[in-house]
Amino acid sequence: MGGSRLDEGETMTTAVSVRRARSAQPRVAPWAMLAPAIVLFVLFLLVPIGYAIYLSFVALRVDGGAFGVRRQVFVGFENYVTALANPEFVASLGRLALFGALSVPITLGLALLFALLLDLPGIRFGRFARTSIFLPYAVPGVIATLLWGFMYLPSTSPFNYVFRLIGLPPIDFLNEGVYGSLANIAVWSSVGFNMIILYTSLRSIPSEIYEAAKIDGANEWQIAWRIKIPLLTPSLLLTLLFSLIGTLQAYGEPTTLKSLSNSISHSFFPLMKVYRDAFGTDNISSAAAASVVLALGTLFVSLALLRLLQRRTFEETR
Amino acid sequence: MSIAMPGTRRQRGRARVVPSIILVVGAIYTLVPIAWVVTASTKSRGELFSSFSFLPGTGFWQNLVDLSTYEGGQYWQWALNSLIYAGVGSGISTLISAAAGFALARYRFRGRALVFTVLLAGVMLPQITLAIPQYFLMSSLGLANTYWSVLLPTLINPFGIYLACIYAQSSVPADTIEAARIDGASEFRIFRSLAVPMMLPGLVTIFMLQFVGVWNNFLLPFIMLSDESMFPLTTGLYMLLNRGTGTPALYSLAIMGALLSIIPLVALMLFLQRFWRLDLISGSLKG
Repeated sequence: MGGSRLDEGETMTTAVSVRRARSAQPRVAPWAMLAPAIVLFVLFLLVPIGYAIYLSFVALRVDGGAFGVRRQVFVGFENYVTALANPEFVASLGRLALFGALSVPITLGLALLFALLLDLPGIRFGRFARTSIFLPYAVPGVIATLLWGFMYLPSTSPFNYVFRLIGLPPIDFLNEGVYGSLANIAVWSSVGFNMIILYTSLRSIPSEIYEAAKIDGANEWQIAWRIKIPLLTPSLLLTLLFSLIGTLQAYGEPTTLKSLSNSISHSFFPLMKVYRDAFGTDNISSAAAASVVLALGTLFVSLALLRLLQRRTFEETR
Repeated sequence: MSIAMPGTRRQRGRARVVPSIILVVGAIYTLVPIAWVVTASTKSRGELFSSFSFLPGTGFWQNLVDLSTYEGGQYWQWALNSLIYAGVGSGISTLISAAAGFALARYRFRGRALVFTVLLAGVMLPQITLAIPQYFLMSSLGLANTYWSVLLPTLINPFGIYLACIYAQSSVPADTIEAARIDGASEFRIFRSLAVPMMLPGLVTIFMLQFVGVWNNFLLPFIMLSDESMFPLTTGLYMLLNRGTGTPALYSLAIMGALLSIIPLVALMLFLQRFWRLDLISGSLKG
């Protein structure tokens, strides 16, 4: 994708100037500009990944009886087998899947609904709604959990206060309803950002496309369903990608809500289990293996979605 | 056409009521926790657990004083730390992204495709799962539990580089660069005096995205720092809440702290809203 505009510019000039322009291309400058990024990328992304992969293949073994020395030995895929067969880890993946199955479709469904409504001509309070719904993006997940957490907590919950007044039984937000409560925090935090991405790409669709459909007698509902949503597919896939990556990395929200709820354990979600292995129980090999599994899982999901995205855009341009 | 207009407008006015109501309901849903924290922050300790949350209380000033004096003003230290991590970190990170993105967009050199692909792959890497190996790295460098341990990993932002590259392609014409070069400008000067001003709207967006990302980050400081005086607001308030389980008096402090922590970012966001180019993100797909 890079440099396509450069090519267009060059074909318009003569062949001679093309040769001159190419020979004038500096060699050192681009590397000097890239140097800080490359150094930091290697230091804080590649080296940690390499180190995590290394750690995931070794283990500490004690040799020579009671006075033995601890040394690192290569153990192949043993850590992976142990991590993946660990019932706690498997259970945490299951809980994450349940949480994601609730939060991701609701977030994206609401984001799409709001974006389509905002794009309707003659809508009232559009600016107010857009700004308000986007506002939680500026609220850290930990703070969002704190706010909702107090609204869930039996002694401070305004919902249960109202329920008590009208004689209804209170809702147990923090135990029985803990998945719904966590999903609600995730939806509240992320629906606005996704809405804005979808809304901005709706605004970039030229309105002539709709005019033709309106002349043919299509109503707004049909225009949304038959024209807007198909054209939004690349952006929808992008928001799905962001949401899935965000879900796989869920950590701050459940950890914060754990302070108020007895139903959230130390290994409730995979990353919490990884953290506990690394710092709580000092099982670094297992933590490294689980980290690599999570990273590969995220990478796999991303690549699969990007492939789908590329195929879509390719078909559209054909 | 002119005869049909009033009719369609009246029809439109009627048809838009339900969509407008749905949007307002969505807005109310997002504003409920904000309204709750505003009223809850005004309640004294007794009122917090006894009166209806959305009614104002009498303890606002007392809560503010209690929070400000807690552990010798630790809360304000956390706020300053958040500002340092997010402000300094995203500022430098945006410059690094701008330079790298510009180089990838506007120069042709051997290895360009490779660098672009590797950096792009970094976008898909879940940075959070890297936090634990990053801790071991920092620890072996003797940098764990320092400001550097939170600041350094946030300086590299592959998505920012990608956005800068896309934006440089569309906003800095190759002809302008060529003209400046013929006039004898150095490549660094072209970047500083020509490319950066032209890329500014895009750079503001990259800065804001990274600022919010770092400001909201929890796991990285949580793992890297053990010294409470270096905590940002997220880890600090988490700790307050966690301690509150034993001493509910701290709940009032956590609520007041939460309110104060969201005010600056919400204000900044409302102020910078018109400078944001979030269409850059959706637009980046068409590249």
